[in-house]
Amino acid sequence: MFAQIEKLGASVIASFDELGRFGLFLNSVVWSIFSRPFGFNDLLKQIAFIGAGSMPIILLSGLFTGMVLALQFYAVMVDFGAVELMGAAVSKSLIQELGPVMTALMVIARVGSATCAEIAIMRNEQQFDALTCMAISPYRYIMAPRLLAAIVSIPLLTAFYNLIGIFGGYVVGVYLKDLSGAVYMQTILETITWADLKMSFIKSVIFAVIIIWIAMGKGFFVHLEKGVSGAEAVGRVTTKAVVVSAIVMLFADYIISSFLI
Amino acid sequence: MTEQSQILIDVNNLDSAYGDRQVLHDINLQVEQGEILVIMGGSGSGKSTLLRNMLGLMKPRTGSIEFGDINICHATKAEISKLRRSMGVAFQGGALLSSLSVGDNIKLPLRQHTDLDENTISIMTRLKLELMNLADHEDLMPSELSGGMLKRAGLARAVIMDPKILFFDEPSAGLDPVTSVELDQLILNLRSAMNMTIIVVTHELESAFTIADRIAVLFDGELVITGTVDEIKACTDERVVNLINRKPRKNQLDADKYLSRLTKGAN
Repeated sequence: MFAQIEKLGASVIASFDELGRFGLFLNSVVWSIFSRPFGFNDLLKQIAFIGAGSMPIILLSGLFTGMVLALQFYAVMVDFGAVELMGAAVSKSLIQELGPVMTALMVIARVGSATCAEIAIMRNEQQFDALTCMAISPYRYIMAPRLLAAIVSIPLLTAFYNLIGIFGGYVVGVYLKDLSGAVYMQTILETITWADLKMSFIKSVIFAVIIIWIAMGKGFFVHLEKGVSGAEAVGRVTTKAVVVSAIVMLFADYIISSFLI
Repeated sequence: MTEQSQILIDVNNLDSAYGDRQVLHDINLQVEQGEILVIMGGSGSGKSTLLRNMLGLMKPRTGSIEFGDINICHATKAEISKLRRSMGVAFQGGALLSSLSVGDNIKLPLRQHTDLDENTISIMTRLKLELMNLADHEDLMPSELSGGMLKRAGLARAVIMDPKILFFDEPSAGLDPVTSVELDQLILNLRSAMNMTIIVVTHELESAFTIADRIAVLFDGELVITGTVDEIKACTDERVVNLINRKPRKNQLDADKYLSRLTKGAN
């Protein structure tokens, strides 16, 4: 009995310890953005990796999501004689919810895992020690460009996801279900407001910070993983980074939606 | 130590630990300007921990490490940053950034800390690469280099800013004898060409005896002796004698503890 309570207490303390460590880590990364020299080339390199590199997967998944949404909405709306509203329904669901969330999940799978593994291996190979000994802050040189690149790239990826999703819905609605293209577009313009776009943007920026923060932090503290080291530790933190960032992102999604809807 | 010699690094009463496990016990060590000091000891003796403390990568439990007026254990970030610009560190595996080419790795400190133009930086980089016998390797990625090349590339990066003090972690580890001798020669050349103070951490006896002005021998976290090569060879302390003669440790077997370990968990 006491052993169980002790175990529970230890895990609660460890969780708070990790939360504090991650808080300090984010604080150091954010402050390092303002120190010089600013790594503009590194920022562009990361934007190319996170943004341009993710574009094919975002366009493909966005297209199919929009198409599936149109099919689903059509099946329901046709019974109520409301198929003219399909454009509004597809675009509203994409912009408010599915666009930011699905983009974030794609980025977690592609960028979050790669970033975490890369940083964990850098830690294992003493690359952060080497940077520190050269009086180069790993926060400024390695982390800050990744954080900024995520904040720039993920909202843009979300916008592309929304647009291609709406196009996917258009293809299904107009070419497969014989809806009027003009009506599809008109209902979108009448329904979508600045508040919807603002919500999509706010969500994507917050998701960007969550994803890259957890990926970088998990990799950076790989040496603190208990009971494992080397390649096994890299694998474990990468899995944790993907799972934790997805859960935290979805939780944040609910919180933001509850405030903005 | 002569009276004229200038103490560059002064380690006083240093205790260091990983959590509850104390690794270094009351270390007192001075490093003189322009000398090559080898920190020697077997695996687990605490030599890498001593190096990490000296580099400010780890805070000691007690004691101090003074570089002139600056105690690295209590210095401000700005002081440590300034100090580190006058140091070079060559890590065991090179610790090159895997996303940068060899040339870009070596250029990194110059790009970050100086306003030199790119042409000058390139010329300085090639000079160091020539010195390390790595000419024509500038555009390769670290993954394309052998172990010895990685160490030499790491050394080139460590000396690119012409530091006053060079730390070198395990220069010979994992290298074939010829490459190992070449690296030893390189260390001696660096000292004579650039008048650097060099601290080498190694467990390779031959290498230590070749390059060292003085050797500090660590055993189980204690500094057993610091002296010249001849003094170390003449030392009668059993631990040093065993290390020099490569004699395995004699573990005193406690019969009760041994039995308890064997029968642990058995009914």
